[in-house]
Amino acid sequence: MNITLGHYLTLGAILFALSVIGIFLNRKNLIVLLMAIELMLLAVNMNFVAFSHYLGDLNGQIFVFFILTVAAAESAIGLAILVQLFRNKSSINVDELNTLKG
Amino acid sequence: MMDVQSALFYAFSAVMLFASFRVITARNPVHAALYLVLAFFQASGIWMLLKAEFLSIALVLVYVGAVMVLFLFVVMMLDINIDSIRVGFWKHFPLAASVGAVIALELAAVLLGGFRVIEPQKQVVAQIISPVAVSAVTAVDAASAPVDSAAIGLNAMPVSDVGHMVVAQVSNTKSLGVLLYTEYLYPVQVAALILLVALIAAIALTLRERKDSKFQNAGDQVRVKARDRVELVKMEAVKPAPVAPAAQETQV
Repeated sequence: MNITLGHYLTLGAILFALSVIGIFLNRKNLIVLLMAIELMLLAVNMNFVAFSHYLGDLNGQIFVFFILTVAAAESAIGLAILVQLFRNKSSINVDELNTLKG
Repeated sequence: MMDVQSALFYAFSAVMLFASFRVITARNPVHAALYLVLAFFQASGIWMLLKAEFLSIALVLVYVGAVMVLFLFVVMMLDINIDSIRVGFWKHFPLAASVGAVIALELAAVLLGGFRVIEPQKQVVAQIISPVAVSAVTAVDAASAPVDSAAIGLNAMPVSDVGHMVVAQVSNTKSLGVLLYTEYLYPVQVAALILLVALIAAIALTLRERKDSKFQNAGDQVRVKARDRVELVKMEAVKPAPVAPAAQETQV
């Protein structure tokens, strides 16, 4: 039995659903929230690479390359904000970030 | 009986799903980061199966080598009280499970309907797409930049065709590089700009001057004058005797 495109897409879908559940569960831990976002991007990248392979179009892999770039920038800035937040509030609980009264 | 590739796919997928499950449920953030490293390694293996070698190595280098080390450093720098974080951890679980189930069902409804592609369609797509694209774009390319394509050594293959070229002839890394530096040249530069902005932003966010730290100001040290250092005070050579007759009288 061969591995089809559907197998890879299903894997990406399960990974995406898992990371959404992780975002809901880890409401008090901003670090694990960032990790769940990284997992989501990984699921999307998995779909891109699978489509790129099965449709024979290399442009999908180029897109993954740019997603990796943006994800690296995003996690660097996110962690910098996290460090500043911990310095100011001594906590990384998302529920305590209500200074803006939004 | 499964062939080797299917067995590898299932092994990588199982370990990756387990690792990502542990990422979102691990008690210790350090363990979560290490499980995330494991998940990225499995994803890299799966991309190898998909013949995307360059991205597979790039994933390990960029994520495991840089981003996850950054995560681990931040986790170890912050003094997090784990017990207070875990309070009410499973409170949101029913909502999370229902949202996850909805997402999984929707995606399954889409995926099971279509996407039954079994064999990679490289040759078919190349034959279908490339004649149109080649005739359209190579005319422009040949007119505008014949020197460039000859300089890179691309005269054997048209520039517009690299997106659909057969991977067996040219390696994945080379074809990606060709595509990246011809068709996607400006996006690459925009990506470089994004990385630069992220670099500056991360430094600017975390830079701070401590009030209690002692340091030398080299500029002040260079600019100092001699009269600032030594102050000449005029005073008499002999000290005058103290005049306090009233105090002596009271003692006697």
